[in-house]
Amino acid sequence: MNLTLKIWRQKNKDDKGKLVDYKINEVSPDMSFLEMLDVLNEQLINKGEDPVAFDHDCREGICGMCSLFINGQAHGPDRGITTCQLHMRMFKDEDTIFIEPFRATAFPVIKDLVVDRTSFDRIQHAGGFISVNTSGNTIDANAIPVNKHDADEAFEAATCIGCGACVASCKNSSAMLFVGAKVSQFALLPQGKVEATDRVLNMVKQMDEEGFGNCTNTGACEIECPKGISLENIARMNREYLSASLKG
Amino acid sequence: MSGILNSSIGRKFAMALSAFFLMIFLLQHFAINVTSVFSANTFNETSHFMGTNALVQYVFQPILLFSVVFHFVMGFVLEIKNRKARQIPYAKNNGAANSSWMSRNMIWTGLAILAFMGLHFYDFWFPEINTKYIQGDMSGLLADGSGYRYFEELQHKFLSPVRVGIYVVAFVFLALHLLHGFNSAFQSVGANNKYTKGLKGFGKAYAILIPLGFVIIALYHHFNHIS
Repeated sequence: MNLTLKIWRQKNKDDKGKLVDYKINEVSPDMSFLEMLDVLNEQLINKGEDPVAFDHDCREGICGMCSLFINGQAHGPDRGITTCQLHMRMFKDEDTIFIEPFRATAFPVIKDLVVDRTSFDRIQHAGGFISVNTSGNTIDANAIPVNKHDADEAFEAATCIGCGACVASCKNSSAMLFVGAKVSQFALLPQGKVEATDRVLNMVKQMDEEGFGNCTNTGACEIECPKGISLENIARMNREYLSASLKG
Repeated sequence: MSGILNSSIGRKFAMALSAFFLMIFLLQHFAINVTSVFSANTFNETSHFMGTNALVQYVFQPILLFSVVFHFVMGFVLEIKNRKARQIPYAKNNGAANSSWMSRNMIWTGLAILAFMGLHFYDFWFPEINTKYIQGDMSGLLADGSGYRYFEELQHKFLSPVRVGIYVVAFVFLALHLLHGFNSAFQSVGANNKYTKGLKGFGKAYAILIPLGFVIIALYHHFNHIS
């Protein structure tokens, strides 16, 4: 496959940045998208040019590190995958592919396609935890009976890898699917009940302070989420928040 | 509780509450309008009751006006805030791959409805307020006193094909707005779980049938009067 890549190049967070065209030839359809970028970077290094900076780590769809907005979609044109799981067979010979960073005021570009997603970490710090006695006589979590339906829903919420595709896909750059998943995974379990009120109030407050937009329920986040996190988690967070606000 | 309206979820909740009130009002408005197709007398009697009942006029009408203003103002506030949340747009954004046109264009369908409401207020609400509260005529009667004026006023407004055309287009925009807005309001108040599966179908039916009903009533009076 011979491709034209339009890649966002930005030297640092203060640079204005621009799309730069690159030609890449003889791309195997069996390559992953990141491997294709590796090949491009080898070519750029051999020519003495600055390679394209992009995030990646496990390359197994687990860590949530790879991002990229490819041809107008977070993680590219496929469902339920991260960019490292996207294969070049999804594209056609002579295609032009737009490769941009995840765009959100709360995700500032650090360099090229790398964005700062530490706003998610700060939201987690605000309440995405439970307090457990670690003095040595901790009760095994499996010894506490949990309703099967609740356990399944908590598990599904906990599969969120915090990649930020929800924010990138949302026309409002809202982080509510991420926060909804993090609130839900604890709200549904007995261990999370103790701090439920403070958790949702603090996490939503931090989310708002980070500059994420307001959810308008377009559902784009759910469609583009590599882990299929459901909009029901946002609805649960809304219920938890309203209930906590009345208590508070 | 004090800071709830300053939070993103609180604003969503307030938008949804105003939307619920407006959707209930729309249903009630439709129920009265539809009587005009079957009985001029029933339409006149109902309109006169609504136009002179103290509870409707002094409690529900101010709530309605507040809901309309609040829904539009908050809609604009949210749109401005959301645009600030992504200051650099994507060079290529394939929104159609993951969301409906209706959900992405609520501000535009909302603006079209706002423009129509200007015309609707000019046609009906302002003259009504003028007659009742400025001129002090609460009788609801025609100038010659031969009967109630409401049905004749309705028929007169639907004589103009241009006005009927605008009316039809406005209700298409309303249907598009409701196709996303109905279920979005329920999602905002947290009503999306295993118990609310039937809501999506009901919301689509409401969004299409109610505006379609208004359009049919307008066309009925237009063509009925011509013939």
